[in-house]
Amino acid sequence: MYVAVKGGEAAIGATHGLIAQERRGDAATPELQTRQIREQMKLAIARVMNEGSLYDEDLAALALKQSQGDSVEAAFLMRAYRTTLPRFGSSLPVDTAAMAIRRRISATFKDLPGGQVLGPTYDYTHRLFDFALEEGSAHAPPQMAQEPLAATMPRVPDILGDEGLLETEVAPAGDPAPVDITRDPAEFPADRDVRLQMLSRGDEGFLLGLAYSVQRGFGGNHPFAGEIRMGEVSVLYTPEELGFEIDIGDITLTECQMINQFTGSQEAPPQFTRGYGFAFGHSERKAMSMAIVDRALKGRDLGEGANFPAQQEEFVLYHCDMIEASGFVEHLKLPHYVDFQGELELVRKIRQEQAERKQRAAAEQAS
Amino acid sequence: MDTSLFSQALSQEPLLQVQNMSRFYGERIGCRNVSFQLWPGEILGIVGESGSGKSTLLRCLAALDQPSEGEIQLADGGQWLDVPALPEPKRRALMRRAWGIVHQNPRDGLRMGVSAGGNIGERLMDAGERNYGEIRRVARDWLARVEIDPDRIDDLPRHFSGGMQQRLQIARVLVSEPRLVFMDEPTGGLDVSVQAKLLDLLRALVRDMGIAAVIVTHDLAVARLLTDRLMVMKDGVVIEQGLTDQVLDDPQHAYTQLLTSAVLV
Amino acid sequence: MTEAQTISGADPHYNYGYLDEQTKRMVRRALLKAVAIPGYQVPFGSREMPLARGWGTGGIQITAALIGPSDCLKVIDQGADDTTNAVSIRNFFARVTGGRTTQKTAEATIIQTRHRIPEKPLRADQILVYQVPQPEPLRKLEPSEVETRNMHAWEEYGLMQVRLYEDIARFGHVATTYAYPVMVNERYIASPTPIPKFDNPKMDMMPALQLFGAGREKRVYAIPPFTRVRSLDFEDHPFTVQSWDKPCELCGSRLSYLDEVIVDDHGARIFVCSDTDYCEERRQDGEGA
Repeated sequence: MYVAVKGGEAAIGATHGLIAQERRGDAATPELQTRQIREQMKLAIARVMNEGSLYDEDLAALALKQSQGDSVEAAFLMRAYRTTLPRFGSSLPVDTAAMAIRRRISATFKDLPGGQVLGPTYDYTHRLFDFALEEGSAHAPPQMAQEPLAATMPRVPDILGDEGLLETEVAPAGDPAPVDITRDPAEFPADRDVRLQMLSRGDEGFLLGLAYSVQRGFGGNHPFAGEIRMGEVSVLYTPEELGFEIDIGDITLTECQMINQFTGSQEAPPQFTRGYGFAFGHSERKAMSMAIVDRALKGRDLGEGANFPAQQEEFVLYHCDMIEASGFVEHLKLPHYVDFQGELELVRKIRQEQAERKQRAAAEQAS
Repeated sequence: MDTSLFSQALSQEPLLQVQNMSRFYGERIGCRNVSFQLWPGEILGIVGESGSGKSTLLRCLAALDQPSEGEIQLADGGQWLDVPALPEPKRRALMRRAWGIVHQNPRDGLRMGVSAGGNIGERLMDAGERNYGEIRRVARDWLARVEIDPDRIDDLPRHFSGGMQQRLQIARVLVSEPRLVFMDEPTGGLDVSVQAKLLDLLRALVRDMGIAAVIVTHDLAVARLLTDRLMVMKDGVVIEQGLTDQVLDDPQHAYTQLLTSAVLV
Repeated sequence: MTEAQTISGADPHYNYGYLDEQTKRMVRRALLKAVAIPGYQVPFGSREMPLARGWGTGGIQITAALIGPSDCLKVIDQGADDTTNAVSIRNFFARVTGGRTTQKTAEATIIQTRHRIPEKPLRADQILVYQVPQPEPLRKLEPSEVETRNMHAWEEYGLMQVRLYEDIARFGHVATTYAYPVMVNERYIASPTPIPKFDNPKMDMMPALQLFGAGREKRVYAIPPFTRVRSLDFEDHPFTVQSWDKPCELCGSRLSYLDEVIVDDHGARIFVCSDTDYCEERRQDGEGA
């Protein structure tokens, strides 16, 4: 006799044991320390912090270890943990003009106040394997400049000045506090504050692909990298009980300002427009992609239309979140017996009805 | 000259009143200071070159765009409704009940993935019709009226020729028996022979049903055939208006004279 | 077991029910609004949960916002208590509340469900919490959220009826077997979530409160007790539900929704109840084989 399937409970218990074993790998190899991940996998850490929407390098390292290096799974751990954190308040806006610069480049001006600062980058490494790394690396210490960097490094869009050539960014009337998309649901059409928040925790790969599509002509506006800067900024917070601001620490940020030519429309005169990208850690590719997509999404206000994917706000913002996307795609692994049963019955019924109609028609023809 | 039009005008209130309506885009003028009245059953043509403001005017009249200044009022059950000021839900309800829009490109007015019957039936279902057999009956009837074989009721519009698509769009709009229809170059993009047939059909339908219509066209032949009254636009302004025959046969404004002399009408 | 003991069983690292009290209040406020406007989708500040989006986070947040020490929770997926995700969610609540759980429909005060309504009629002192993947019944017809919200606001539902019309024109009947759209309280069209249309009639005038949570899409909606819920149809093509030629192989029921089970390599199949608690109870009462 048929006995109904049971055992969900036991199977779940067993899979937890199996995943722990998989994670550890060969026990003869020393176990990875989260400190090592934090120090030696910095770029992966940055991605997990960005998409996990939480700046905490130690937790990001733990998340990467626990998820066997799966950055989406790691970001998911960060987000779930973030939900449980009490909220003391909001920091003051960080001042990226006061950033302690480690890297700062502009593709639009050969030289500028503060100069070009190449800093650490893979851009000019030849992508050749460094087999010495297999055995552990003893690198020569980097050569530092004699002079310290300029104390102030104005942001390039600020230098472009008051010629009116560059679109000015104006706060909405009354300068309201931005919506917090982790507290309140985003509503559409979305304002810029919502858009930038959603993009900043959006998946790097998804945004990169969209940015690339813009460059190839699917929404064509040619971006110039006005400035990319990376370094440390102070986070300031004013506790209610103190009433004055205190410095609660430094975080590493990457900021990108893209400048785009714009030929003008019915609503706006010809000028340069900008797109803004911002990310935790050293995350240039992410910040650049975000800036290009931000600019593409300005199309609605500039009267450019929304004919290409990168210009379609709901398409971009609803689908850039990898925590939501991966959850929903992967939920297809859950049982769907009940809905499938309905479809099965329906297809059988339609086929049967079709066959009967054919039979009747054939019989009529014969008679 | 159509005398019935005058008796109608004498016996009834206008259906639509437009006063000093303007639409600006920043500095640019879409249309300026347009005033006219439209009576029930009357067909008004708006002619002019592209860029003359006729499409802007139509978009404002059809509530697809908001005028910057002036009034648009619609007679509804003994009262005047201030159309641009209506709350959106009310305006949409009105649009479903009293209005129809025929787009130049049938793709803009049809649901290309829905069968001909579904396209015609949508407004009936919007209005609450819940009898499948009745919806089919009305849809077949309308297909026949626009000279499409009723047996094609389950075909998708994409399998129709351009002229058939346009006739299907007209059926989809007229099925709910609107009082007022807006048409934007309804015969544009069609072959000349197809155009003529469509014009005959449109004229017969609109006359039979007593529908008022505002038709935008750059084609004076279309205006001559379909409309009772004509407004000539240039640079966003109405430069001449009057009975169609009068305007076309005895144009007063130099620009209208130029237009009519350029085309044999 | 006393209440104090059940609470002491909760994981001390997390607040009772996982969510903090502020967040629970936010969810409950959204639910109150949803109950006040039956069938209307209320946006809420959906939180990231430790279970994946699409795996029931909307239902989980509703349950977390409602559950208290006196509650008894039942979780089903596809009608069964023992499917892996149902087990996983039940274990989650056992861990963060230390509260009572059950597999018996009659014992539960809160029933969280995915894809089914239990066969046993629910009572006024029970709450049914649905996990919702896509709260928008118009989404397949219109991808834009801005547009669909307008369609609801203006009651522009002709397009939904067109979809049913197209099915009948093509197949002779409506070809939607699950997530079959309903009209709630003659005002809002709502998605009953992917329950089979077999379950739709149970929603009508149900004594229990029905709450719907879509975590990923950040919406909740509700059907208050004893509210009219009408499955969309045509006068001359009335709504019908699925039926089977055979009874359940295990309990002999002819009234329940059946799952098809393949029993050998040649595709031989039998049909058994999808609602495992209902089936078991019937067998204990001496019904069936």
